Order: sequence, then structure tokens, then C-alpha cells
Amino acid sequence: MIEESAVWLILFLPLASFAVIALVIRPFLNRYAIAAGYLTIAAVGGSLMLSIWALGSVEGRGEGTELLWVHDWMQIGAFDFNIGIMLDPLTAIMLVVATAVSLMVQIYSTGYMKGDPGYARYYAYMSLFTASMIGLVLASNIVQLFVFWELVGLCSFLLIGFWYHKPAAAAAAKKAFIVTRVGDFGFLLAIMYIFFNRDSFGGLNPLEITDIHSAATLGLLGGSVATWIALGIFAGAMGKSAQFPLHTWLPDAMEGPTPVSALIHAATMVAAGVFLVARFFPVFEASSTAMNTVAIVGGFTALFAASMGLVMNDIKRVLAYSTISQLGFMMLALGVGAYGPGIFHLFTHAFFKALLFMGSGSVNHATGTFDMRYMGGLRKAMPWTYATFLIGSLSLAGLFPLAGFWSKDEVLADAWRHGELVGQVVFWLALAAVFMTSFYIFRAFFMTFEGEFRGGADADPDTEPHGEGVHLEESPPEMVWPLGVLAVGAVLAGFAVNPTTDLGIVPIHWFTEFLGAHAEDFNIVLAAASSLVAAAGIGLAYLMYMSKRVSAEALSLSLGPVHRILSRKYYMDEAYELYGVERGIYGGLARGLDWVDRAVVDRFVTTVGWFAVNIGGALRQAQTGQLQAYGVVISVGIMAILGLYLFFL
Amino acid sequence: MEITGFGGLLTAVVFLPLAGAIIIALFVRGDRNVRVFAGALTLAELALSIIVFVQFDTGTPGYQLVDKFEDWIPVDTFPVQYFLAVDGLSAPMVLLTGLLGMVSVFASWNVRDRVREYFVWLLILQTAVMGVFTALDFFMFFLFWELELVPMFFLISIWGSGRKEYSAMKFLIFTILGGAFMLVGILALFFSTDTFDMTAMPAAIQTAGLVMPVGLIFALFFLAFAIKLPIWPLHTWLPDAHTDAPTAVSVMLAGVLLKMGGYGMIRISAGMFPEVISDVAWLIVTAGVINVLYGALVTLRQTDLKRLIAFSSVSHMGFVLIGVSSVVGVGGVVSPVGLTGASLQMFTHGTITGLLFLLVGYMYEKAHTRYIADLGGLATRMPILASALVIAGLASLGLPGTSGFVSEITVFLGTFEVWSWPTALAAFGIVLTAGYILWLLQRTLFGPQKERFADIGDATFLEAVPIAALVIAVLAVGIYPAFISDVFTAGVEPITQSIQQIARAGP
Repeated sequence: MIEESAVWLILFLPLASFAVIALVIRPFLNRYAIAAGYLTIAAVGGSLMLSIWALGSVEGRGEGTELLWVHDWMQIGAFDFNIGIMLDPLTAIMLVVATAVSLMVQIYSTGYMKGDPGYARYYAYMSLFTASMIGLVLASNIVQLFVFWELVGLCSFLLIGFWYHKPAAAAAAKKAFIVTRVGDFGFLLAIMYIFFNRDSFGGLNPLEITDIHSAATLGLLGGSVATWIALGIFAGAMGKSAQFPLHTWLPDAMEGPTPVSALIHAATMVAAGVFLVARFFPVFEASSTAMNTVAIVGGFTALFAASMGLVMNDIKRVLAYSTISQLGFMMLALGVGAYGPGIFHLFTHAFFKALLFMGSGSVNHATGTFDMRYMGGLRKAMPWTYATFLIGSLSLAGLFPLAGFWSKDEVLADAWRHGELVGQVVFWLALAAVFMTSFYIFRAFFMTFEGEFRGGADADPDTEPHGEGVHLEESPPEMVWPLGVLAVGAVLAGFAVNPTTDLGIVPIHWFTEFLGAHAEDFNIVLAAASSLVAAAGIGLAYLMYMSKRVSAEALSLSLGPVHRILSRKYYMDEAYELYGVERGIYGGLARGLDWVDRAVVDRFVTTVGWFAVNIGGALRQAQTGQLQAYGVVISVGIMAILGLYLFFL
Repeated sequence: MEITGFGGLLTAVVFLPLAGAIIIALFVRGDRNVRVFAGALTLAELALSIIVFVQFDTGTPGYQLVDKFEDWIPVDTFPVQYFLAVDGLSAPMVLLTGLLGMVSVFASWNVRDRVREYFVWLLILQTAVMGVFTALDFFMFFLFWELELVPMFFLISIWGSGRKEYSAMKFLIFTILGGAFMLVGILALFFSTDTFDMTAMPAAIQTAGLVMPVGLIFALFFLAFAIKLPIWPLHTWLPDAHTDAPTAVSVMLAGVLLKMGGYGMIRISAGMFPEVISDVAWLIVTAGVINVLYGALVTLRQTDLKRLIAFSSVSHMGFVLIGVSSVVGVGGVVSPVGLTGASLQMFTHGTITGLLFLLVGYMYEKAHTRYIADLGGLATRMPILASALVIAGLASLGLPGTSGFVSEITVFLGTFEVWSWPTALAAFGIVLTAGYILWLLQRTLFGPQKERFADIGDATFLEAVPIAALVIAVLAVGIYPAFISDVFTAGVEPITQSIQQIARAGP
């Protein structure tokens, strides 16, 4: 059984690594910045070991409650803010996912970021990012969770804007923070509303997560109370997990270094949103309105984002829309009550999406560009990147027997059997998204690795080559090894952790049952149907981008308006930035108030001042300086007062 | 309960800067000597204010560290006392003033014009503010309140920039106007209760026959505090004064002088007029929401760094108002959370905005411009200043782990149960704040490095000292807030309890 101190160490190892890099290495020993990378790897590696220990301990306890350690932190009246650790199956799994993916990313980064002048700063942020995510999943208190939630947002801000001298990077970082903060506003309101309803918790501490669970399961939260709390929390999750309509920041987040994207998209930032809904799942279950909202938003986002992925030319943007779409899958799973499958999909997705991102980084390392129109033919030059990217693509497309197949199948099966209209709707949305997913990822795959090489950075007018520019060869071993490790995960993680038949060492449906969730039986018909749909998507991509039987150009021309809407991302960036922020808030409301402040409020004050000065001037005429005159006035005054006194008393 | 004694500690804290000012004026010659002497003195003053804070015992109710002479002015009909003491509300404010007093002296190291005179005024200012936070006799309170104006006027109008005379005069007129109303209020209370003792006043007001309607007396005081805080639409002196004041004076002005308004609202408006403040709480929360949102929106439009931060102060002071408005309570129960949040907000805003003004001042000295459009790409050349500005900015937008978050969430949790919709509306301020802060960082620090700033330098060691002190204060409160929130809670609990008793006893 794991000790409390060991669990805290999972958090403090990367946090200490951050502190050492930020306070010692970066300011004083920047010549030895290389040490920052090794320190981070050691710290995250240690966290991974301890996380596996934590997972084993939770598993060993079998059914039942979570491990809980709580300490006083701050108390003001009824606001009793504790901090602590809540270690349950969900936390344990998230810990392993976050630290494992982070470790791979850190190793990979030693190659990818080699020679960058901000090397030490990069690893400082990466350590803090990992620590924040660990703190988020460990939190036993909703305010504590919010603290780390925001720190995760901060780190993504710092890392997306890592190359802050690039205006696009600085703008993307700002956008990520502000758009997610709109969601955080909802989360904050949910916290306030929970505290507001503290009397209905019957003596429980309304800020403790376990107590919120108890209150929700005991039915202490009335219908609308649970609904509002759940919707507020979901608003936060929508921001972090880039669900429609708060998804616009994620594609722009590509401006950060590619390993950062891998971490953000697989294990930290965006996973936090799904984790948040899962963490407060009992509250969601207490409100069918909230559940249906989650399902519909997730299902819609799955399809909506996938549709934009169809037409992007930047390989990282394809992957970004893919992430949004896959997060929609997870959300819709949670929304139809499929808690286990939702987290299962998060688990498998972490492997193959980190793999795909790091593969795209490897490609970029060789070609100097992310634009697939200038790639092609990389299969021969980069065999390892090619092979692992293929595995990742097949896993994402959901083909038997890779990891993505098993988790996606469970999600679809649960949506199918949900029984209500919502389940039907999101099932068909998801199935359509499956087709698009396999199409766009194999479109990317064929454009990148097959055919002839089309020049890379030398041909691309818009790129600023990272590293050495065009040199078509396999990336260094410290970048290829993590790809291999993740590829193994992308193959095995599905069947191995959640087998459909008893494997002996792993019992049937181990993963979902470990999470305390019900697992649907394997449905061969559904699995076959979804595989056919996925295969059809791959086939179409093959026809258009490999054998060129179908002309992509002709198709995009004949679908002109649709293609334009998709490649312009449904004009949502324009709607938000131009009409919402620039013309609405900045050019409209703020401008109007600024005018009011200067032309009305301040003018009023100065006018009053002007009157005061001029009245003063008028009165000054009376101050003649003649003592006789003063004497007369004073005498009259005294007589008047005396007169009044005599008359009235 | 009679409060007596004379420990001398608070007397030292209040008058040490004044003594230093006199010594500088009379004996210290040479600009460098003046700076070093003033620096050493404010370090000693900071040490004393830390001692005050540490000595304050949250377990003991009421006022502590009392310095009191009952017959200071020995006229029977005019019972003015010499009475200094701290409670949980004022002890952290003493610490804040000590900290920012030190910062402001170090921030003035590059003042080259009439140095001796400058430091004399700066030190007198510190005595005045310390006096306001510790005086418990209305007569003394008023003296200190007005004393603060004199150095401020000279500091802005002589060492300021831009339209400095205009701004100094505007500041003076606004504040004097408020002070005049407050004087009438103090006299009205004195003629009603025959005492200037602020500790005896709450009970005395309840029993004595008042010479004026209680609502009017409340309004006289409240107007003074509303100008000082400031509340919209009485805020227009603030952006002008801040923009044209020298760096150190902006630090003091934003850091502690605004807090005199909030302090007065809690100590006097809420502590002495519980019924009235409950009646007008709706007005206070409305003003708070306007301050937060209006302030944030106007901030978005600002093009001058100092003016931008000045308007952000208007927005952040709205949170103080919102916290104060929670005193009306709900269902006869008044929770101390909102008032503690308001006090915390004063403290944290003092450190955060003090830091912001300090950094902007340094950047102005180096870049010779405060116009945001001219700046950009500074992070590469000035990593220390840039890192500190990022930390201060993030604290200002209420990022957890910094002090800004602690005070904002406390205000929100404390007030949401009383004023749900207004609080929710004001909470949207966190999005707007993120907008203007991050946009500010983007435009000044990020982006490609500019030709004209190719040789610009980073903070020197001496400049880094006050920066480091404030960064530590911002992070310490953010990470372990209990050491300061416990003190504030001890300070505001008697106030919330008395309001609650009156609410229960009421009709």
C-alpha cells in the first residue's frame, strides 16, 4: 500500500525540477542547460514509477472507496478550504497516462529542442506543466482542483507562446488562455453555486470532492441544483477540452513546439476537461439535462471538428481537429453514461495521438515544414517515422486489432444501447465522424509519406524552418525511440487493458470494471459496421491521394462553397475575433465607455471645477480689503443674530 | 472594556519615517547620503511593521499593541486622545504600508531632481498612511488622513510628468472635498457622543441621540471613502494622478492610499453604521459591479501603460466594494467571508499593482516611452523585468498560486450567497481582465525585438531588490494565504457579529 508521502512525491518531483531549473539552472547555469532536460526526465520518470505504484495500490484494494488524505489549508467562516489527495481508480489511471506520455515527450524533446536558446526555459515549463496536471488529478477539493486547472492553462499559455518573438505564437497563446477562461468562468460560477447551496449538503464540506459525490448520490442536490452545477463544470470542461463553441483556440495552439502539442493533445490540457466531467460524474448523473447536454455537445463536436480536418493542409492542424473530434467522442461517451468507455478512449487516444504528433514533429525535423503540400515520399527516408505513423493512423481510424478500435467500439456500443433519442442521435453523429476520421488521417498519411517529395521548407513560402532545414533522413534516436514505445502502446493498449475475453493475467473488461463502471459486451455486428465505415474512409483517401483515381482538386472545385466553409473553419474565428472582440467589445462597448469616461464623467467634473473657480471669482469682489466695509457687514450680522435671538426666545 | 497601555511599538512605526524626514531635512547632506539613509530607514520601518504583524495574536480578540494617552489635549470638553492600536483589519495594512514604503524608496533611486526634498516628502507620506491605519481616535485619524495630502500634492506636482500640476490639483481637490465631508461627519459624531474614541463609537452611536440623521452622517463618511477608493463616477482623479505621478508615488498611491478608502468603509461605514450599510448594500454592490466591468472595459482601450494599470485599479477596487456589500447577510446570518475577501483584495491589490507600477516605471526609464504601440519584443532584452511583469500580470488576472486568486475567490464565495446575480456578473470581469493583461504582455514583451530597443538593459541589482520583495509577497499569499487571511478574519468577525446581532434584534 502506497504511503501518502509517496503520492505527494508524484507531484513534487516535477515541481522540484521546475524550481531547480527556473531558480538555479536558467539564471546561473544556462551554459549547462542540457542538464535541465535530464533533470526533467529523471523527475517525470520518478513520478511515473510512483504512479504505477499508486495504481497497483488502488487496484490491490479492490472494490470500494478511494484513498483520501486531507489537510487544513485556509478557513474563513464557512469557507473551509482543505487541500489533499484523492486517489481512486480514475486518478490512478490519469496519473499513469499523464506521466507516461510526459516522459516520452521529455525524452523526444531532447532531440527536437536541441540547440534552442530557450532550452532550459522549455524544460522548466514542461516540468511545471506535468506537475500541474498531476496536481489536477490528485486534488481532493474542488477549489484545489481549480487551482491546478488554471495552472495547466497557464503552462499551455507559456508553452504555446514559447517562441514569443513570433507574433503568431504570442497571439495563439493569448487566445488559448482567454478562450479557455470563458469556460473557467462557468466553472467558477459552479464553485460559487456549490458553496451557495452548502446547507443542502447536510453537514458535509461542500468543497470536498468526495462529499460532493456523496451529496449527489444521496440525492441531496435537488434537480435544478445538480443541473446548474453540472452545466457550470461542463462549461469549464468545454473550454479546456476544446468542445464547440470554445474549440477555436486548439488549432492555433500549433504555434508551440511540436512536443508541446503532443503533451497538450494527449495527456494534459485537453484531457483535463474530460477528466473534470468524469471526476464529477455523480453530479452529472443526477441530472438528465446535464447528461444530454454533454452527449449532444460531444457528438456534435466529434462530427463538426472532423469535417474541418478533412481539408486542412497543415499536418498539425489535421491532428488538432482530430483531437477536438476525439475529445467529442469521449464527451459523448460520458454523456450517454458510458463512464468506463469514455475514460478508456482517453487512455488509448493518449498513446496514438502523442505518437502522431511526435511523428509530425519528426517529419518537420526533416522537411522544415508542416504543410503537407510540400511533403510526400518520406517513406524511404524515414522508415521508423513512417511505420509508427502508420500504426498511429490505423489506431486512430479504429481498425482491428489496434487500441483505438477497442475503445471506439465500446463508445459506439454504449451510445447504441442508450435507448433514448439522444443515444440514437449521437450514435449516428459518431459513426459519420468515424468515416471522416479515417479519411482525413489517411489523407494526411498519403500526402506525407507516399508519392514524390515536393520540396519541404524550400518550396513552402510561409514556413520558418525549425532546426537545420531540409535534410531528408530519419530523426535522431532520442526522437525515434519514444515513437516506438508509443507505437507499442497504440497497438496493445486496447485489448490488453480491457480484453473482451479473459486473458488470464488481465480479467475480462478489467479497465472499465476497475473504474467501477459497467462494460457492454462486445458487439460483433457494430464492430464490423464501424470497421467497414472506417475502411471506406481509408479507401476513399487511397483513391484520392494515393492512386489518384479521384481528383482531389476536381472534387474540391465541384464542392466549392462547402470546401471554402470548411477550410475557413466555418468562419468562427472571424465571428469571434472580428465581430465579437474587435468590433463588439473593443471597438463597440469599450470604445463607447472610454468616450463616456472622458467626455461625460470627466467633463462633468471639470465643469463643476470651472463653476467653483468662477463663483470664487465673483465672491472675491466682496473681499475689498477695506476694514470699514468688513466692520459694517459684521455689525449688521451681529445685529441680525441678536434680533433673531430676542424675537424667538 | 477599557483599553489602556503604552507599548511604544506602534508609535515607533508611525513616527519613525517622520523622524527620518526631519533628520534628512536638517542634517543629511549629499544626494547619495540621503538615498542611503532613507533606504536604511525604510528597511528598519519594514522590519518594525513585520514585528507588528508577527506580534499580533489572532487568538486574542480586540485591539492589540495599544499606545494610548487619554489626555493628549487636556481640555475637558475636547477629549482628544493619543490612541494607536491594531486589530486584525489594520495589522496587515501596516505590513503592506511598510513593504510598499520600502519599495517606493528603492524605486526612487534614480530621482535626480531636488533629492533631499523628495525623500522628505516621501517619508512624511509614509507616516501619514501608517497613522491612518493605526489611529483609533477620530481626531488623530482625521489629522493623518489630511496630512497625507500635502506630500502627495508636492510629489506629483514637482516630480511628476505630463500635466502634473493639473493632476496634482485634481487629486487635491477631490480628496479635500471628501475630507471636508468627513470632518463634518466626525464633528457630528462628537457632538452626539462626546467622544472621539473610535473603539467606543459603535456602542455610543447606538445609544446616543444623534444631532443629524444617522443616514446623513453615514453618507458624509462614505463620500470621503468613495472618492478615495474610488467609486465610479468619482474616479476620474485617479488615472490622471497615477499617470503623471513619479513611479514611487504611483506605487504608494495604488498600493496603500486607495486602501484608506476601503479600510474606512470596513472600519467606519460597516463597523459603526451596521443598519445603514445594510440598507444601502444594494447600492454598494451595484457600484462594485460598475467599477469592475466599466473599469475593465475602459482599461482595454488604454494606450499608456500607467494609465492602463490605473484603470485596472478602478476595476479591481470594485471587488472590494462587492465584498463589503456582503455585510447585509442572508436570512439574518452574516458571514465573515465577504469582508475578509474585501480586506484580502486590498492587501493583494496593493502588492500586485504596486509591483505593476514599479515595473512599468523601470521600463519607462529604460525605454523612454510608456506608449504601448511603441513598445514590443522587450522580453528578449530584459528577462528579469519581463518575468516579473508576467507574474504581476498573472496575479492581477487572478491566477491561482498568486495572491490575486485568493482574494477574488474569497470575495466571490462570500458575496454570491447574498448577491448572486451581481456577483456572477462581476465574476465575468476575470475574462476581461485576462483580455487586457495578456494583450498588454503581448504588445510590450512579446513579438520581434525592435531596432530601437537593441541596447536596452535589464533591471540592475538595486532595482531587482524591491521587485523580488513584491514577487515574494504575491506568491507567498497565493500559496499559503492562511497566514494573512486568519488575521483579517479575526479583524472583521467582530464587525459581522455586531451586524448580525442588530439584524436579529431589528424589526
